[in-house]
Amino acid sequence: MAETEKIIEIQVLRYRSEQDKEPVLQSYKVPFTDDMSVLQGLQYIKDYLDGTLSFRWSCRMAICGSCGMMIDGKPKLSCKTFLREYYPQGLSVEALAHLPIERDLMVSVEDFVTKLESIKPYIIPKEPRTLEQGEYLQTPQQRDMYEQFSSCINCMLCYAACPQYGLNPKFTGPGILALLHRYNADSRDGGQAERNELGYADEGFWGCTAVGYCSEVCPKGVDPANAINQNKMNSAINYFTRFVTPGGAGK
Amino acid sequence: MKRSNEPIFWSLFGAGGMLAALIGPALVLITGIAVPFGLVFSPDTMSYAHMLAFSQHWAGKIFVLAVIALFMWHAAHRIHILLHDFGVHAVTAVRVLCYGGAFAGTVIAAYTLMTIKA
Amino acid sequence: MSNRRPYVRSMDGWWKRDAYFVRYMAREVTALFVAAYAVVLLFGLVRLGQGEVAFNHWLQYLKTPWMLVFHLVVLAVFCYHTWSWFKIMPKTMPIMFVGGKRVQPGTITGAGLAASVVACLAVLFIVRGMS
Repeated sequence: MAETEKIIEIQVLRYRSEQDKEPVLQSYKVPFTDDMSVLQGLQYIKDYLDGTLSFRWSCRMAICGSCGMMIDGKPKLSCKTFLREYYPQGLSVEALAHLPIERDLMVSVEDFVTKLESIKPYIIPKEPRTLEQGEYLQTPQQRDMYEQFSSCINCMLCYAACPQYGLNPKFTGPGILALLHRYNADSRDGGQAERNELGYADEGFWGCTAVGYCSEVCPKGVDPANAINQNKMNSAINYFTRFVTPGGAGK
Repeated sequence: MKRSNEPIFWSLFGAGGMLAALIGPALVLITGIAVPFGLVFSPDTMSYAHMLAFSQHWAGKIFVLAVIALFMWHAAHRIHILLHDFGVHAVTAVRVLCYGGAFAGTVIAAYTLMTIKA
Repeated sequence: MSNRRPYVRSMDGWWKRDAYFVRYMAREVTALFVAAYAVVLLFGLVRLGQGEVAFNHWLQYLKTPWMLVFHLVVLAVFCYHTWSWFKIMPKTMPIMFVGGKRVQPGTITGAGLAASVVACLAVLFIVRGMS
């Protein structure tokens, strides 16, 4: 059965620092089938229409976190979004919001990576442990306390969603604070005090104003809004009781 | 990193917000609509004699102070964030305006309640 | 590497970009009305302290059409505040288990809204009883 070829118009925000003063939209007419993702549309553009288009991708199955971009103004993974949803009106594709554009659809990830390293994203044991002691034991409920927050694929859609990060890049941001919470909430971990030196600062949990859009856009259901805002209560309790609890008054 | 002082303002914001969420609609209905216009409630409910008696009682004083002060601290914190969200950059001025206003309102309310005709 | 010139886009009017942000701003703007209502009450309190004549002026002021419109608007905003407050509340709570099952956000919101209905009714009944 022959299918009449459908064409969709994709408007891409281009930016090449060597020739562009500022980003500019460029339109491409892309033939597509109903099973094609936006990523495949971009690959068609690069392969047949305009080889200069730059964008990141890898797994094309929503697990590597490389292909995040603004699709019709919303942060999405391009491999998980389908061209048929935008037919016949067409769609726009831009680099993730709130992050500096390096080139075309690629954003600068330096800030994210630096912050990721700063939160000690690894188990800090409560006390030194020998091999003879064997594995840590954890109940399903103990694992439930942190499991969803461990699903982060570092795609940065939540940063594109977070206006507080856009207004103030010093804010640690949703994804990384969710990861900070993932380790704090793990029953095997004893590094809460160290991580909360960042968490309890203005750049930590308190930079969040509970917009909640981060959790809406997360492709993995991490719910960074919950990770951050549940810590405001214990930060406040710690703030008021630190002078009367043993070892409470850190810095 | 320096520990944030937000917990102070956030706690007041939370208390005020919770109070407003729980009884705000009823208070507005009573004081602004029902009583002044005699709907279901007699306009007499908020007469000088009644309100004076209410404010002379220790429980009445606490209630009035809690409502006025906590609503103001709740609003101050949110408005401070709102101005930041709208791109107003004068951080110190905004804080002084918002929290200073709530503080002034609290002081005026407390003073009035403490010195009200016994 | 020397050709890198990362472009930082403006945040002007960011909240108009998406319906989600507009709803967030609407939630935050309720604070202006909470403040306004508290100021009206504060005026009443100060007038109360100034004696019967002054307080009666405030009572008269409450009966003007503008103040009625004001309070009707404030009532609607307070209802929206109650709704949006308990809608966001599950995000502020840690993961909880009741009878081995995880407590759902909708349960927390529902409980909060129910508590608000009960509390408002209680206030209405108490005031009725006092007058």
